[in-house]
Amino acid sequence: MKKINIMGAIALLSITSAVMAQVGKPFIHDPSTIVECKGKYYTFGTGGGGLISEDGWTWNSGAVRPGGGAAPDAIKIGDRYLVIYGATGGGERSGYRGKIFTMWNKTLDPNSPEFKYTEPVVVASTNGYEECDAIDPGVLLDPSTGRLWLTYGTYYGAIRIVELDPKTGTRVKGNEPVDIAVACEASDLIYRDGWYYLLATHGTCCDGANSTYNIVVGRSKKITGPYIDNVGRSMLEGGGKMVAATIGTLIGPGHFGRVVLENGVEIMSCHNEADLNQGGRSVLGIVPLLWKNGWPFAGEKFKEVTYEIESERRGYALELAVDFTRMAGGMRGMSRNSDEPVKPVPAQELADVIKTWPAGNIGVRIGDYMFRPHQKWTIKAIPEAGGYLGGPYFKIVIAGTERALAATADAEVIAVPTFTRAPEQLWRIDQLTDGTYRIMPKVVPNSKEKFALVSSGDSTPTLAKFDMNSDNSKWNFKAH
Amino acid sequence: MKKKHTFMVTAIAFVVFLGLQASVITTMGQAPGQSQQPSQALFSTPIDSTRSLSKHFIPATSAKKAPDEKGFIQRWLVLEPIKKEISSNNILTDSYINTTFSSTNFSTDFNVVPKNGEIVKVGDKELKWYALDSKYFNFKLFSFAYAIKKPQNGVVFWVVTVINCPEEVKNVRMSAGCNSAGMFWLNGKEAVTLSGNRDMVVDNCTSQRLTLKKGKNIIRGAVVNGQGIIDFSVRFLDEKFQPFKNFTISCE
Repeated sequence: MKKINIMGAIALLSITSAVMAQVGKPFIHDPSTIVECKGKYYTFGTGGGGLISEDGWTWNSGAVRPGGGAAPDAIKIGDRYLVIYGATGGGERSGYRGKIFTMWNKTLDPNSPEFKYTEPVVVASTNGYEECDAIDPGVLLDPSTGRLWLTYGTYYGAIRIVELDPKTGTRVKGNEPVDIAVACEASDLIYRDGWYYLLATHGTCCDGANSTYNIVVGRSKKITGPYIDNVGRSMLEGGGKMVAATIGTLIGPGHFGRVVLENGVEIMSCHNEADLNQGGRSVLGIVPLLWKNGWPFAGEKFKEVTYEIESERRGYALELAVDFTRMAGGMRGMSRNSDEPVKPVPAQELADVIKTWPAGNIGVRIGDYMFRPHQKWTIKAIPEAGGYLGGPYFKIVIAGTERALAATADAEVIAVPTFTRAPEQLWRIDQLTDGTYRIMPKVVPNSKEKFALVSSGDSTPTLAKFDMNSDNSKWNFKAH
Repeated sequence: MKKKHTFMVTAIAFVVFLGLQASVITTMGQAPGQSQQPSQALFSTPIDSTRSLSKHFIPATSAKKAPDEKGFIQRWLVLEPIKKEISSNNILTDSYINTTFSSTNFSTDFNVVPKNGEIVKVGDKELKWYALDSKYFNFKLFSFAYAIKKPQNGVVFWVVTVINCPEEVKNVRMSAGCNSAGMFWLNGKEAVTLSGNRDMVVDNCTSQRLTLKKGKNIIRGAVVNGQGIIDFSVRFLDEKFQPFKNFTISCE
């Protein structure tokens, strides 16, 4: 029994360390796209209100949205914010008579003297007899045309698209809805490289850990569709390529939102119907948004394990600049009897080499990866250090030690003997849209520069400006 | 006087206040279950509450029909819905649908082809068959039930159609999607099972490789749903997973 309990504990630890959800009190259902307002982040949810975060990682209640209803969306247009919501939660209870409202505010900060919503305006509705239920709005300000579009709808009939006036937030006169999808809800449009993408949620909502909610996508060159998936199926036929589904203890993602932080760095938001580690409650989810062959898909939260940190430039590994300690024996096996039993050779251990390392600061370089102790980095979140939109700050230490990667005032990198939680020892890790990673120190001492870890040579790391178009700026994490 | 004046002013103000409140309640259309919202011109289409099969269906004729351009089978005999107590769509497991379809089956002879207008007894209910062509790639059972003023929630639908092949064809697959759960049989053998709370997605589930006989092949289907939209789509796919269309469809 004791053995089983230990095994269970180890398994539980593995699960909780592998899948990190948002921290604070990130409880929300049907969250809007995350919007930044004067350095803080906001997302609104079903029922009214929503969450606020000072840094994008720790979320608490406090966002204010009157009107009740469900599944809002929000967008910044010019110097003000348009908030959109459905009056009902949809379904037979409301007679499929949905209404979508829009309203403006100069700020999302409820403590600001400028905080005041305009009167909500109906921009779309359904009468209970048509094959649509006007709920779950999503908006896109088309960057290629400046036009504003609203999608809405749920499993009852079709998802529809209509056009709004970006100056007023009202429906464009004479604009008629176009059906663009079926068998889904929580639609949202995004634009990238000449394509419009319709994200929508399939599956069952609102059934806790039994919810099958998942997010799919189709794309079109024309905003009114047809939206086609990866196997040529229209979203009017229920098609869609998977973007996000249950991962580990985070069950049933739905209600997609996208934030482009900068070129090459994007996140998607959603709720997870049930986070098993947070009481099985509906929680805000934020993960990297990746792109492959013109299709978006969800990345995963960064796992806190031991890695090789590999440069995308040359494929060499980040390591301490210490003497290479040879393992006993040279080449083995050429003239030996192959019938002899094969015995494994133990890998080099930390204890074999640590006494040969200097006690103080050690330089860092990039070299041939050999699965040696001076090349293995354990990465662990430091929750008290806060975070950013997408994740917490991490410490990066040599496995089995507290020797930590740190930024220097010269904008170089060094390994200090002991992690002290100084800001230059804290690292931000963003998964880029191509699947590689950017690694950035929280601060470069005595500098306001926003530098990232960059290969200035095959074997030389430095801190420099991040360039998404250069493999010098990118890294891979390999868990062996 | 002052006191009276004050009282009068107060009374008038109160009446005006009540009037304003009434005006506000009148002009603000209330969304169901929500606080008062302003009422502007709504954007929904004109209400059409008529119940008519012609909205979504055309009566099937005796002339054979081809599948549509994407191979979907639009012609079906459909039985009026069988009412069933279904607490939620999350109970539609394999076991549940097998049991449900066994207990509501209108005939254990899977080669039976009903006739348009025929009445059959299922349990203690007499139900009628309709021979219809869907106007779309999918068959909208929810709309069918609405049109004939029958229950749309907590229901089982049975459907039958006949596929006529000019020659034997091997290695095709029946491909179906339905909302929420369903099963389809070909010539008496179970071909496709769609269990769970599914969405009507084209090619959601396929059969294993099948052989279509030269001549008549009978498809029977059953779809069950607790709440929400109910519909299904069926077609055949060839070995390259492309629509197979070399057949006609009839109701006899």
